[in-house]
Amino acid sequence: MATISKPTVQHRPTSSEVTLRVNGVSHRLTVDHRTTVLDALREHLDHTGPKKGCDHGQCGACTVLVGGRRTNSCLLLAVAADGEEITTVEGLSDGEQPHPVQRAFLDHDGFQCGYCTPGQVCSAIGMLAEAADGHPSHVTPLPGTGSGAPPPGSPVPLTPAEIRERMSGNLCRCGAYPNIVAAIEEVAP
Amino acid sequence: MKPFGYVRADDVDTAIATVATEPGARFLGGGTNLVDLMKLGVERPALLVDVSRLPLTGIDPLRDGRWRIGANVRNSDLAAHPVIRSRFPALSQALLAGASGQLRNAATTGGNLLQRTRCLYFQDVSKPCNKRSPGSGCPAREGVHRDLAILGHSEHCVATHPSDLAVALAALDASVVLRGPDGERRVALTEFHRLPADLPERDTVIAHDELLTAVELPAPPPGHSAYRKARDRASYAFALASVAAVLDVRDGEVREARLAFGGLAAKPWRARVAEQALRGAPATEGSFRRAAEAELAAARPLRDNGFKVPLARNLATQVLTSLADAHHQSPSAR
Repeated sequence: MATISKPTVQHRPTSSEVTLRVNGVSHRLTVDHRTTVLDALREHLDHTGPKKGCDHGQCGACTVLVGGRRTNSCLLLAVAADGEEITTVEGLSDGEQPHPVQRAFLDHDGFQCGYCTPGQVCSAIGMLAEAADGHPSHVTPLPGTGSGAPPPGSPVPLTPAEIRERMSGNLCRCGAYPNIVAAIEEVAP
Repeated sequence: MKPFGYVRADDVDTAIATVATEPGARFLGGGTNLVDLMKLGVERPALLVDVSRLPLTGIDPLRDGRWRIGANVRNSDLAAHPVIRSRFPALSQALLAGASGQLRNAATTGGNLLQRTRCLYFQDVSKPCNKRSPGSGCPAREGVHRDLAILGHSEHCVATHPSDLAVALAALDASVVLRGPDGERRVALTEFHRLPADLPERDTVIAHDELLTAVELPAPPPGHSAYRKARDRASYAFALASVAAVLDVRDGEVREARLAFGGLAAKPWRARVAEQALRGAPATEGSFRRAAEAELAAARPLRDNGFKVPLARNLATQVLTSLADAHHQSPSAR
């Protein structure tokens, strides 16, 4: 008797066990595959510093550092981040000493309601490292175009225009932008 | 969001074989577009095959001055690469004109080219959309379409492709490497994305079980190149219109011009009519304007996006004029 072979639809698990290393501490947890890093941090690991603003990568309130690079945690699935080193705003201070970027936000009044601030601070820290590593931005002059053009790979000086462009992924509905730029300018090399 | 399975691919061929056997499977790269579309209910995969850790991360020289960019190179790393920055400046500029610092850190080269339109109706599952749900209709034609196409659209779809990178690659004569169960093929970037015609659900010519593994760039063309983008805010917005151009000028005449528009069609719009008009023409603002106008004669604007015609013309004229000036100052630069 002839058999008709049907394509077998495999029933795969819809959750997995992952390890997330958050602010230097390893956490083993089982996540539904739909869980983003943002939800894992807030709902499973009680790190409520990263904020859920838009949940679509448009506002930057969820920004954390993943492997040292700033990332929208709302668009990163926790299962895909298995094994990653994650730094949230809670992991920035040195004991009671705020991180220099946090200190500068305080000194310059770089916020009003504070909802976007954890994302702004993490984004600023990631951005400072990018500029130091020679990553250009949209407003960085191209090599060979005269004065002010850094050679490829060398640190990019952070003018206010550079800071504004590089921080455009972090929205502040209170409009604290001038003071945010001033705070970052102070800690920029 | 619908529950789904997840596997992390250990190698390219296993990833392809897995997706090939499951119609509901999708490759997952940086996830910046796919995860968003899953939240919106636009994409409902049964299985994600995570290819983001596959070692497709090289930016390597090939023979004859060509370069190969692995599909997993992140947008930020590609834009910052010293060779890309100095020898393919339009490519670096295009990447840096798109998205935000956070998104560029996650988004991959392959994923950038495969991202979907940001047409509001496509992203809203409560509305009809022929691209998302073939045959349901296109409310954008009579609705909100200020950001949408003026070239190459059909009665079924007026969406634009949102990638900036793709526009620069189109002007640079790049191709993509597609790997499937039966091997590899190369497709010119200009032939990779599709106009909607009567199949708006198909954005590109890639098959379900093909993985975009690399982009290949020919040797940097002679002359100067640039990318410029017009948008509603100074940063972090999709293009209303954009231009990638390469211009080679000798003795005041255009030897070779390559021009591509973004934000005007469902694919990067390589402006062959304008290029033809420019070959041998005097390298003047008047020539550039007339060439852009010749290309845009094919435009069929919708009710609210007629502004894109003069916007694209002026952008092209401005970029080509600045490239001609750059040539004047530094004729030997590439």
